[in-house]
Amino acid sequence: MTKKRKRLFRTLEILGPVLFFCLPFFLEEVDRGPYILDLLSMVGLYALLSLSLNVILGHAGMFHMGHAAFFAMGAYTTANLNLTYGWSIMATLPVAALTSGLMALVVAWPVIHLRGDYLLIVTIGIVEIVKIALTNDIFGLTGGPNGLISIARPSIFGFGITRPQHFFYLIWVMVGLTMILFYWLENSRFGRALKYIKEDTVAAEGMGINTTAYKLMAFIIGAAWAGMAGTIFASKMRTISPESFSFGESVTMFTIVILGGSGNQKGVILGSFLVMGLPELFRNFEDMRLLAFGAALVAMMIFRPQGLCPPKPSRYRLPSPYDSKYPGGGHC
Amino acid sequence: MLILTLSSVTKTFGGLVAVAGVSLAAERGQIVGLIGPNGAGKTTVFNLITGSVKPDDGHIFFAGHALTGLRPHRIVSLGIARTFQTIRLFPKLTVLDNVLSGCHCRLSSGVVASLLRLPSQRQEEKLVLKRAMEELEFVGLAEAWTSQAGSLAYGDQRRLEIARALAAEPKLLMLDEPAGGMNEQETHNLMKLIGRIKDRDITVMLIEHDMGFVMQVCQKIMVMENGSLIAQGTPLEVQSDPRVVEAYLGQDED
Repeated sequence: MTKKRKRLFRTLEILGPVLFFCLPFFLEEVDRGPYILDLLSMVGLYALLSLSLNVILGHAGMFHMGHAAFFAMGAYTTANLNLTYGWSIMATLPVAALTSGLMALVVAWPVIHLRGDYLLIVTIGIVEIVKIALTNDIFGLTGGPNGLISIARPSIFGFGITRPQHFFYLIWVMVGLTMILFYWLENSRFGRALKYIKEDTVAAEGMGINTTAYKLMAFIIGAAWAGMAGTIFASKMRTISPESFSFGESVTMFTIVILGGSGNQKGVILGSFLVMGLPELFRNFEDMRLLAFGAALVAMMIFRPQGLCPPKPSRYRLPSPYDSKYPGGGHC
Repeated sequence: MLILTLSSVTKTFGGLVAVAGVSLAAERGQIVGLIGPNGAGKTTVFNLITGSVKPDDGHIFFAGHALTGLRPHRIVSLGIARTFQTIRLFPKLTVLDNVLSGCHCRLSSGVVASLLRLPSQRQEEKLVLKRAMEELEFVGLAEAWTSQAGSLAYGDQRRLEIARALAAEPKLLMLDEPAGGMNEQETHNLMKLIGRIKDRDITVMLIEHDMGFVMQVCQKIMVMENGSLIAQGTPLEVQSDPRVVEAYLGQDED
């Protein structure tokens, strides 16, 4: 890549998000503005979910197709705390993370040693069990097939989040924060351990990494984040029911991560826009839109199986005196 | 002082007895060679010591710890690092990343410190980069720190594997056929490298088929055949042992 193109990409990388965050001001004037804002919020919510799945699937390389189960756990935790005990939505956020993380610990513990396709089958089982449990009003907490209704809107320091643009900002700020935190996590001892596990679990164990503990930890972090996404989802929709947390939703998240380039956060964001946004663009095709979307996916997997933005090799800034002795590295 | 002791360790795979009641010991600071014909059980002994295979019977002690039943990562943190018979680097990661994997067990920052990039974590990262570069300089690969490990020449990959193992700060380094597939020049450099590792007060145990290499490098040699230890001693003693000659060259018919 030439220097000029590199600089162009850098500028776009900074300018893009800034423009994106100004979008609601322009959209307020437009006819279908609220609808587009709502759609972008949904893209953001799926970006949040897919970023959390990316820790498990992209970084640790575990085939996990049951992420909707943890999403559901977070949503139902928030709904119950809010409806029964009158908790404010934002106060339920950490609790949702905790319950989802705890659920991940319990369900993943016995199966974490399974490899590839075997783990995939088990996680599909998990999401199905959760959906059936929700439909059957387990412990009288889920409202059965009709779900739970009239969940409150969130408010932050007394500011009520009610309008589409409010949710847009709430969700995308969360996406931004998540990206920073997960970037740090990726470039740390923990993130490296996951990378080694993904590359060669036996060699990783042989180099002194407690592979079981790290895999489990990745699962718990991913699940906790999905739980928080569940909180936002519940308060945005105000109604939650089992079909929002089906196997299909898990597949959507899985697709986003693989399509975007598993292990690369920017890829995951791009994937969220494509998978959640493209079907809307194809609306003119009516019945054909899912077919067009499917064809795009197939073409993608044929011509670029590593995903749109595969992860780049890690870069470090060497401490002195090595930085001057061995240049050629990049910034951390 | 003994650093490693195996007492009548047995391992069977199905009907095959890979290691049959082997007892051996390694002195601290020595370079110990483990030799024998193919299928003698040498690599299985390595796998038993490093914990990737569990013994059916017998005990393994290392520097005052019982290793039997411990998982491999625990054994690494106790001070045994290894290389593999077929190179087992992380080929898609950079040279530096590979060495950092060895440092892992000597670091302590956890998930929360990493997620929030706490000052303690950043301090540790700085130190670990230094440590990793030291080991790369030690084996002579520092220039290549940004290269992809899989793109290195064969001999360099072998050296990188050693650097990665050294980064774990082992007391005992186990090398499984380190000279395998190397040319004469590379083998010669490897001998010097192993000598320098010994100078760091690291005990070395190695499996090797290149007899010239073994006889020159090792102070003590153990010979295995069909899962049993048939001889041990200095290179001279082993070379003149009739059982060793028989194992390698076959028995005289008359």
